[in-house]
Amino acid sequence: MYGRRSRFLWSVLCFGIAFLYIPMVLLVIYSFNNSKIVPVWGGFSTKWYGVLFKSEEVWEAVSLSLQVATVNACFATVLGTLAGLALVRFGRFRGRTLFTGMITAPLVMPEVITGLSLLLLFITLKEFIGWPDQRGFTTITIAHITFSMAYVAVIIQSRLTGMDQDLEEAAQDLGAKPLRVLLDITLPLLAPGMLAGWLLSFTLSLDDLIIASFVTGPGAVTLPILIYSRVRLGLRPDINALATIIILVVAIGVLLAGYIMLRQQRQRELELRLTSEENQ
Amino acid sequence: MNEPSEVEKSRSAKLSRILQTNWRRLVLVIPYSWLLIFFFAPFFIVLKISLAETVISSPPFTPMIDWVNDGVMQIRIVTSNFAYLWEDDLYVITYLNSLKISTVSTMLCLLIGYPIAYAIVRSSHTTKHVLLMLIILPFWTSFLLRVYAWMGILADQGLINDIIKWFGFEPVRLLYTQTAVYIGIVYTYVPFMILPLYANMEKLDWTLLEAAADLGAKPMTTFFTVTLPLTAPGIIAGSLLVFIPATGEYVIPDLLGGGNVLMIGRVLYNEFNSNIDWPVASAVAIALLLLLVLPMMLYQHIQSREVES
Repeated sequence: MYGRRSRFLWSVLCFGIAFLYIPMVLLVIYSFNNSKIVPVWGGFSTKWYGVLFKSEEVWEAVSLSLQVATVNACFATVLGTLAGLALVRFGRFRGRTLFTGMITAPLVMPEVITGLSLLLLFITLKEFIGWPDQRGFTTITIAHITFSMAYVAVIIQSRLTGMDQDLEEAAQDLGAKPLRVLLDITLPLLAPGMLAGWLLSFTLSLDDLIIASFVTGPGAVTLPILIYSRVRLGLRPDINALATIIILVVAIGVLLAGYIMLRQQRQRELELRLTSEENQ
Repeated sequence: MNEPSEVEKSRSAKLSRILQTNWRRLVLVIPYSWLLIFFFAPFFIVLKISLAETVISSPPFTPMIDWVNDGVMQIRIVTSNFAYLWEDDLYVITYLNSLKISTVSTMLCLLIGYPIAYAIVRSSHTTKHVLLMLIILPFWTSFLLRVYAWMGILADQGLINDIIKWFGFEPVRLLYTQTAVYIGIVYTYVPFMILPLYANMEKLDWTLLEAAADLGAKPMTTFFTVTLPLTAPGIIAGSLLVFIPATGEYVIPDLLGGGNVLMIGRVLYNEFNSNIDWPVASAVAIALLLLLVLPMMLYQHIQSREVES
């Protein structure tokens, strides 16, 4: 009985993983297709990579997207960390319900609504205070910070609730002022969470199409906007080449991060075992 | 190197004193005001424009407050945009169709995601880490490109039709149909179902299942009376994480559904960008928001309980 059930679970699992990965594998395979018609195989070729690298448009879009993502990740990490701290360590304060609402809502808000409302805000602001006089880098970055900081806040919030408060209490008992405790104890302990938040904000920004296409202006084309304007009209082999590069970069990054995390965990387990042996 | 002048010294001392006493307020006020300005306030602008009339000018809507010659303020509010949505069958059908697509997709995600999450929880320590990483990895690659990948698979000359033809059957139209939209939504959102389910099952007390089995309950009975109720919080959280964004989805119906699949997010986008009808687009946004406000509040309730426990 148990064997049959676990066989069922394993087949579902294999099916699920295959479902998730086969489309991406196909993207990569077809990027080496000589034929112009993507799903029809016409022999091996790397010519689409050449087409991609020669395109000025692509390079400009990549550069804009990386700039937006970097600035966004830095601001979102700071703002999100502050928000997470306030939510966990400040107890009850006035307007807390609204604050928690504004932190969780961006996580699930349909992007068309966020995009539309931010664009209308920018237009209204321009009418009344003359800023932002041009939509582009600044407006896209502000829009991205707004939803990225919510993700960071949630990460920080869960880290803080799961964190041992012993060190902070010890510092306080030894006479450290609350601000000192925050800067010297809490923030260093939160560093891995902040790094995770930074990376997540960076990818969220690189991935966003809808909000960026609402709040962008003439001339500011991010990478997703460029990809979208091309694939809307049908399949394009050079987009497959671009996808392959993106998948490669992400895979290397995630594997590297996973490896480092696994090694750190092993290290910790080893230390734990050593100390418990010493105590015996 | 210049020594800092006395003025600068006293200024920085003052600054650090202000920081010492008010840092708590700063920690709260900075993110709070950011969200108020860039997340909360914009909804009121959307609401305001949804109550205006469309005109051909820049901006393309009538102002809410008009100053008539004697300094008399005139407030103009029209509800015609909402009436228009209600009376036009196209919008009502689109609305219902979005709800249908997101509900069915959520159930499909649950049917696929539940056994996968279960299998991950029951696997050994190292396998678990590898499997979780495999589920999370697609998150980090481009969402747009993963949808694009399905365009190639579902196309008339794509992989699925190649297989169908190989077996000697007539090729079928898959791309630009409702089926393609379902596949696209399930494909992109199933990790959002698996992860909360996994988090919930990970904390489950598995001895309860053994106890039920020891007391003679059949596997099916155990599943429906013990496992399912205990994993309900995970099911609800995962379902909301799929249902809410899927309802407002734009990219998937546009790329995989073409013009044949009506979804509310797509109508909003086109109303705004192609028809330049801001008041109607805003009214659609408000209507979508009203539809999703309850599920969103439920999600927030679960989320905050999760963090506090």
